[in-house]
Amino acid sequence: MRVELENIHKHYGSVRANDGVDLSVQGGEIHGILGENGAGKSTLMKVLSGYIRKTAGTITVDGRQVEFRSPGKASECGIGMLYQDPLDFLNLSVLDNFMLGQVSGLKNEREYYRRKLLPLSTHFNFNLDPNSPVSRLTIGERQQLEILRLLSIGIKVLILDEPTTGISEIQKQTLFAALKQLAREGKSVLLISHKLEDTQVLCNRVTVLRRGKVTGHMEAPFDTRQLLDQMFDQLPTPPSRLKASPGDTILSMSDVVSTGGRTGLQKCNILVRKGEVVGLAGLEGSGQGVFLRVASGMSRPKSGIVEVDGRSMIGKSHREFKDAGVTFVPTSRLEEGLVPGLDITEHFALNARKTRFFVRWSNALSAAKEKIEMFRISGRPRSPVQSLSGGNQQRLLLSFLPEAPRLLLLENPTRGLDVESAHWVWRHLQTYTARNTSIVFSSAELDEIVMVADRILVFFDGKIVKDVRAEDTDSRELGRAIAGEI
Amino acid sequence: MNEFQVSILFAAVVAGAAPIILATLGETITERAGLINLSLDGSILLSAMAAFVTAYLTHSVAVGFIIGALVGALVAVLVAVFSIYLSQSQVAVGFVLTLMARDLAYFIGNPYSRLQGPQVMPLPIPLLADIPFFGPVFFNHNWPVYLSLVCIGILTWYMYRTPMGLALRAVGEHPKAVFARGMDPKKLQLFYAVCGGLLVGLAGATFSLSTKPGWGRPQGAEGTGWIALALVIFGGWHPVKAAIGAYLFSFLQVMGIYLQGWLPSIPTQVFQVAPFPLMIFTLLLISLAQKEAFLARVEKMPWIRPFIQMLSGTPPSALGKPHEAE
Repeated sequence: MRVELENIHKHYGSVRANDGVDLSVQGGEIHGILGENGAGKSTLMKVLSGYIRKTAGTITVDGRQVEFRSPGKASECGIGMLYQDPLDFLNLSVLDNFMLGQVSGLKNEREYYRRKLLPLSTHFNFNLDPNSPVSRLTIGERQQLEILRLLSIGIKVLILDEPTTGISEIQKQTLFAALKQLAREGKSVLLISHKLEDTQVLCNRVTVLRRGKVTGHMEAPFDTRQLLDQMFDQLPTPPSRLKASPGDTILSMSDVVSTGGRTGLQKCNILVRKGEVVGLAGLEGSGQGVFLRVASGMSRPKSGIVEVDGRSMIGKSHREFKDAGVTFVPTSRLEEGLVPGLDITEHFALNARKTRFFVRWSNALSAAKEKIEMFRISGRPRSPVQSLSGGNQQRLLLSFLPEAPRLLLLENPTRGLDVESAHWVWRHLQTYTARNTSIVFSSAELDEIVMVADRILVFFDGKIVKDVRAEDTDSRELGRAIAGEI
Repeated sequence: MNEFQVSILFAAVVAGAAPIILATLGETITERAGLINLSLDGSILLSAMAAFVTAYLTHSVAVGFIIGALVGALVAVLVAVFSIYLSQSQVAVGFVLTLMARDLAYFIGNPYSRLQGPQVMPLPIPLLADIPFFGPVFFNHNWPVYLSLVCIGILTWYMYRTPMGLALRAVGEHPKAVFARGMDPKKLQLFYAVCGGLLVGLAGATFSLSTKPGWGRPQGAEGTGWIALALVIFGGWHPVKAAIGAYLFSFLQVMGIYLQGWLPSIPTQVFQVAPFPLMIFTLLLISLAQKEAFLARVEKMPWIRPFIQMLSGTPPSALGKPHEAE
């Protein structure tokens, strides 16, 4: 099957997410779509999958021009997409998720689909229990389920949006093997990624996008240098690890047990010293989130001892943790960190140290202006926070941090940021460690952890299975620990 | 008190619960699809009025039921279209419609107040009605009562055993994912809002043609809509559990009548009002059942577990948040 996109435009108001993109895909090839965040990769692929409607341009499938009004129309033509945030049903079972969209009417066909799912699952070396609720699956398993479902409805062109984010090394190998197998069977795979190494090992061809336009096509083998040039206006310089000189203990936990998340936290013992940068590795939801919430006083452990600076914090509120110098920045910027609907100035008014009966708008406005300048946020004091890009939202959140926190707890601080913004965030955070602040952060990107952390803790199933200094380990060893193989 | 018989008590509970069950099941369908139809109380009255008036004018109970159901569906369509296609607040629209439908019912129905009209005839089921105890409790009623019983079974089967029911549960969970699977979430939600509305309309018709025959101000159905809305939550959005809630409420009402006779010294208002705070108390228990601290405390009492599990239920994730195209 041959799919061609010609001169695709997608405009949101004055923003041109896609600005005249051409792309062609043959049967049997794995085609990479490269580009930094906001380059228009996802938009282009959502146009192809029928999830969003293009402003202009033509799509032809096997020489026939098609118009996709909905994802249903695209899948009738054999095009299906695995979205970055899995579009599945957490409260339903694996089997129900598999069936949805394939079945209709009143006839109960559970058994038929159960018999269809199992061999398909083993064919690709996936291991899915049809009866398990999807909420118990890892991101990787949810992806596997979606892939099987798409194949089951007869997809010949499979689009994957950043599939390697948040999955384990082993799941990645399984996924890549499955994709190669699909290509051998004559199907086409379109892989959106901002990771060069994924495309290196997998793709026959790549198309590079930058700011909504195609900046290059290339056939394997790829020249990394050239690809980077096509992806970025100027190459970002990565931050380097700072030499840490750990001091006294700032945070200590012993035998902490807590519920929450998928796994909870089991018998957690850890010491964090002053000035240390500790990276929390592990599959999404293996206990890192629970750990950070317990350490910041956002949730209370069931048992165990939490001490900050030698003082027991059991039963203390988040406020008291804050007063002790502990600051927590959660992952979901718009859900937990910022208030959608309020603008930048209003956020500074909310953060004002003293609460008065009247809001001092002039103070808030000057604070907003100052921080916008200092943190190079591209927005105006009156811009609503939800209108800012992910990178700018993160900068805004960082600008709220107190001058000299003693312990910074960051959950996925660079999630969803492009390389440049991520590096900026780290360079900024490192100014804190220079002032003896300890940083504990979680990340789904092992490379990031290895790059900046002094010490790495690996979480598996709610337990810390590895605690090593960064220079004593490598990604391969960590990857095994993340998958639970020590 | 001397003629107190358990089977009569339970027969009264089953009969009295019929319209409440129909309304509760209707709202369960609607909310499972992700919509809240807050207009229930008003639309029950409006369809009760419409059913009685048309049945009175045509001398046909069947026509009354059909019109009643259609009126319920019409109100539901209004809520659905305003919310799904015009992006208006479901709560605001539903609330305004409650008041409007109620006043409209009193206004239009006024000339037909206190008239002797047709009502549904009893229809004992041969043989089954003769079974001791169960016969009088379940099989010696009229057809709306049987309908309420059958609906519980049919809806449970539909929701949990059929592909269409799977889509119903899915659209209330994650409309975007339903869209990505090639279905139209807006059409699905509209369809199930109409189905729910039909049942609510039938509930109204059951009131004016069977449970509390006739029309007047007050009719007697007032407040049922709000109870039904609470029962949907009580039932954890599950038809069987919701029906159990409806029977519990009906039982409390019937007991109120008995207790009035037994304890004449207590003011009658106490018994009329008692079911409502008791319902609030049960709702409190349900929310307790979802609290982690509470669950940890009852962990050592295994006998209470199944009870707690039965009580707990999570709302459809996308309840009240209709699908928006990107």
